[in-house]
Amino acid sequence: MNKTIFFGLLFVFMILIQVFILNNILFLGYVNPYMYIMFIFLYPLNKNRFVFLFLAFLLGLIIDFFSDSGGIHAFSTLFIAYIRLFFVRVYFNKFEVDFPFFRLNLEPFGKRFNYVVTLTVIHHFILFSFANFSFQNFSNVLTNTIYSSIFTLILYFLVTFIFSKKQ
Amino acid sequence: MQQLIYFLQKFKYFLFFMLLQLIALALIFNNLNFHRSKYVNSANSLTGGMYNKVSNISEYFSLKHTNNILLEENTRLRNLLQQKDISILNIDSTVIDTLKYFQKFTFSNARIINNNYAKEFNFLTIDKGEKDGVQKEMAVINSLGIIGITDNTSKRYARVQSILNKNSNLNARLKNSQYFGSLKWNGLDYNIVQLIDIPRQATVRVGDTIETGGKSTIFPEGILIGTVSSVNKNNAVENIINVKLFNDMSNLGKVYIVKNLHKEEIKNLENLVNE
Repeated sequence: MNKTIFFGLLFVFMILIQVFILNNILFLGYVNPYMYIMFIFLYPLNKNRFVFLFLAFLLGLIIDFFSDSGGIHAFSTLFIAYIRLFFVRVYFNKFEVDFPFFRLNLEPFGKRFNYVVTLTVIHHFILFSFANFSFQNFSNVLTNTIYSSIFTLILYFLVTFIFSKKQ
Repeated sequence: MQQLIYFLQKFKYFLFFMLLQLIALALIFNNLNFHRSKYVNSANSLTGGMYNKVSNISEYFSLKHTNNILLEENTRLRNLLQQKDISILNIDSTVIDTLKYFQKFTFSNARIINNNYAKEFNFLTIDKGEKDGVQKEMAVINSLGIIGITDNTSKRYARVQSILNKNSNLNARLKNSQYFGSLKWNGLDYNIVQLIDIPRQATVRVGDTIETGGKSTIFPEGILIGTVSSVNKNNAVENIINVKLFNDMSNLGKVYIVKNLHKEEIKNLENLVNE
């Protein structure tokens, strides 16, 4: 499939799934997966990053519109989108020459796991810190981050597992 | 000049990133303020319309429950009507008409199409807006108790600041003794809200009913809120009382919007005093 169409559809699909299904899960009253950040993991590494940064911001902002949360999703999504490159260098030893051939699904599972876990935890931590917006209940932020990260990661790996089998 | 261009060239992604982050931060800070949070909210026609479509479908699953609630409320109101007839007959036959029809509040109904309760700053979206006469700062209640205050309106939808919002601050009182305080939420449990600033001489017991105080221009007097679930017996500076809500905030359907017809008059009068 054409890459542009695929990522366009993924963008819309991620928003719809997040807003109408995942935001209503609230397991145990507060544990919620935020699977839309999968878009950040999967988007190809380009030399020109303006489009990618803007899309990440837009993705977060639309989720914010639906969940009345100001700009916290936009902030945290844009943050992991920006630092993604740093972790690609650290975990996969890839540099600008390798970017066109880089595909996350073809990398070894261990490296992929580290990469996804790091970005997810950073995203969730920023998200819940801003949602709480005070230093009171800080333990709440940490527990929320840990439980929701686990939930998000399980969902992410399930989804990638299912779709990689089909190919 | 060349250095400047070189600098921009080198840090262009970082600068773009910082620009977008600043926009996001501005939106976050705007959203924390009750009177300025107008940019990012779910009351616009796109998000409101989509929530409306989805809730049109999901509504069918709770029809039975909604009917039961309506039936209970109708029963209660019918009983109240019966009581009223008797009491009017008992007191006297001279009833002054202006008193009898002294209407202060009007009620209209709406449907919740988006409900949040698990965050620290929660908002709801309802399917009535300016077209139906909904304005800013109107009370939203249902048969079991209070729900929130409208804070943003579009043509067809309105956003409601839930009582489960760290910014919310309502006047509430004890039903049996008329001592009043303010009702806030600490962001932890969506069934428990906090009543603070109740005078020390007030005797508060577990199980006492809390209702709205009628000291604000938004809520009518005597709308139910909840029961006292625990009292702080220590000599702390703030006298915090935990209140368990009658409403299950995670399970809401139809609501009433209350409009105060005397709001302008009261506001004008209060402004005169301040000058």
